[in-house]
Amino acid sequence: MSGQGAAAAQATTMPIAKALNSALREAMRADEKVLLMGEDIGPLGGVFRITEGLHAEFGGDRVLDTPLAESGIIGTAIGLAMRGYRPVIEIQFDGFVYPGFDQIVSQLAKMRARHRGAVSMPVVIRIPYGGHIGAVEHHQESPEAYFAHTAGLRVVSPSTANDAHWMLRQAIESDDPVVFLEPKAKYWTKGEVLPEPTAGLHDAVVARQGSDVTLIGHGAMVHVLLQAAEIAEAEGTSCEVVDLRSLSPIDWAPIIASAERTGRVVVAQEAPGHVSVGSEVAATIAERAFYSLEAPVLRVSGFDTPFPPAQLEAVYLPDADRVLDAVDRALAH
Amino acid sequence: MTGAATATEPIRLLDAEGALVETDANAEWRELAAQLTTDDRLAMHGEMVRTRAFDIEAGHLQRQGKLGLWVPSLGQEGAQVGAAWAARDQDTLFPSYREHLLALHRGVEMRQIIDIFRGASHGGWSPLEVRGMRIYSLVIATHALHSTGYAMGIRLDGACGTGDEAVDEAVMAFYGDGAASQGDASEGLVFAASYEAPIVFFVQNNKWAISVPSSRQSRFPLHERARGFGLDAAWVDGNDPLASFAVTRRMLDAARQGRPGYVEADTYRMGAHTTSDDPTRYRTSDEEEAWRRRDPIARMAVHLRSLGVDDAALAAQEQEAAELAADMRRQTLAAGTAASDDIFDFVYAEPHPLMDEQRQALADFEAGFGSGS
Repeated sequence: MSGQGAAAAQATTMPIAKALNSALREAMRADEKVLLMGEDIGPLGGVFRITEGLHAEFGGDRVLDTPLAESGIIGTAIGLAMRGYRPVIEIQFDGFVYPGFDQIVSQLAKMRARHRGAVSMPVVIRIPYGGHIGAVEHHQESPEAYFAHTAGLRVVSPSTANDAHWMLRQAIESDDPVVFLEPKAKYWTKGEVLPEPTAGLHDAVVARQGSDVTLIGHGAMVHVLLQAAEIAEAEGTSCEVVDLRSLSPIDWAPIIASAERTGRVVVAQEAPGHVSVGSEVAATIAERAFYSLEAPVLRVSGFDTPFPPAQLEAVYLPDADRVLDAVDRALAH
Repeated sequence: MTGAATATEPIRLLDAEGALVETDANAEWRELAAQLTTDDRLAMHGEMVRTRAFDIEAGHLQRQGKLGLWVPSLGQEGAQVGAAWAARDQDTLFPSYREHLLALHRGVEMRQIIDIFRGASHGGWSPLEVRGMRIYSLVIATHALHSTGYAMGIRLDGACGTGDEAVDEAVMAFYGDGAASQGDASEGLVFAASYEAPIVFFVQNNKWAISVPSSRQSRFPLHERARGFGLDAAWVDGNDPLASFAVTRRMLDAARQGRPGYVEADTYRMGAHTTSDDPTRYRTSDEEEAWRRRDPIARMAVHLRSLGVDDAALAAQEQEAAELAADMRRQTLAAGTAASDDIFDFVYAEPHPLMDEQRQALADFEAGFGSGS
């Protein structure tokens, strides 16, 4: 049943937005305790239409159009989880999550430890994150480091339609709170969704094999890394691309194995580099693969500035050229 | 029922000396309080006496270095005992961190509350093992939202609104005048009203948020503020256990039929905010003395005597409370310390590689000191 041919035969091609929508629908059909909460997610289907059609199918008691208050959404989701529900929250944009920050880091994340394990928090917080959409202030940010730094949370970010679908299903099934960062710039990028998951929620995967330099990233950045690897290939450099998928916990084994194979690593992210997930990746590779490294692990990040006005986002966001510049510097050692 | 007109006095059934107040205005509340038999009222007095003895002994333990901190509830026992008795068995209570009487009423053991303040545990008890008593919440007003969400869940479950008060569930959230300024307190009111959640917010206005007076939190009565959010609201003398019971019972029974409510209990924090606080720096001894004359335990004792309860019965309660407090002291002095694995064991429900790795690293580090001799 798990044969590759059979799986491919049943694969369905759809954009990431539809893969997320179908994951929500299937999770709600499978478990009546799964609820959706968020702003404009009812008849409108959310500002990105990720919940389209779900209010019509499941009604207002399962798809809750909430008052416009992020702390209230997350705080009441905690209470609903205490009552036995499995809330899946949509935060409208990355920069709007901060009014709910205390409820996430001090309440949701710590609730199980405060109860010595007697109470779990099966809550998913979906956040459309990142740039490349030319939007106004607070609509293009990458807040992953805040959440990855917080004990008690799990933080994941898919890059493909298949991962968007299956990782969301897995996140909803998790009894721990999961911050689910969706690459909003890729919502309409199509890909195959397979009939079964091919990896666990927290597995890192090799998205492209190579032998000279390892490129590591997550979410929308994976597409930039694959593009950079294409260009490098034409120039005679073989790049391996590792898709982190999970930012907390991080699946170190495939990362360390790749670093040991290539000896050269570039980590790329849209977020500011200072105290970032990329910093953690670089530090851990230095600790665990030190004697295999031919060059320092290099980071390519957004600048340590506020996300700029849209006209400057192409300057701010790492693109294939900035990744390839780092590849060149790694190869110069 | 609670009226829209601005009240000039809180609802009161016992005056400051403990004598029954009988007016036309409080007739409906007297009728509700009549459900409480003399034995019930004696039991309520006993709970207040036990809580105070526990509270004072815990303060001593802190001063003697056995607790890192203590949070006294002195003076607020009357508001709490009324709420405790107003809640029905099926109701769920979300406390702040000063609701010792409510915790003891629901069966939390004194030593479990003490565990929080001697640094052995963040939560103290499991709400699954203690009937409807959630754990303390230290970040002010955050639980106004948890309680509202829980109440929304009751509604989604269809566990309220049937009209059967013995079965329909409701929730109470407890916080104070300081917490009322937090955004989460207001968002709780917004969500509760919007979803017609079966919840009563029981706000103990104890006049001081550490050193800041309630006039800094609001220039407008808190219960009036709640009406603006669309909740039923009432203002009650919190040092009158009978009034606290009657008003809260009525509000809770309305809440379980889909009308969320808000009770502002007028009371006073007779002690310090915590053992780290020094009230002499910000309030007068005259003010403290005026409130000491309205002590809810003394008022209830006067009332009980007027019902024919003899001094021996009251003295027996004092004696029992002293013994329980002494037993709590013995248990605290004999209690052990938490195990290192507690740090890692409860963070995640599902396997987590970082927890496994760090638990092992700590064990290896500790083992590295050798078995010694």
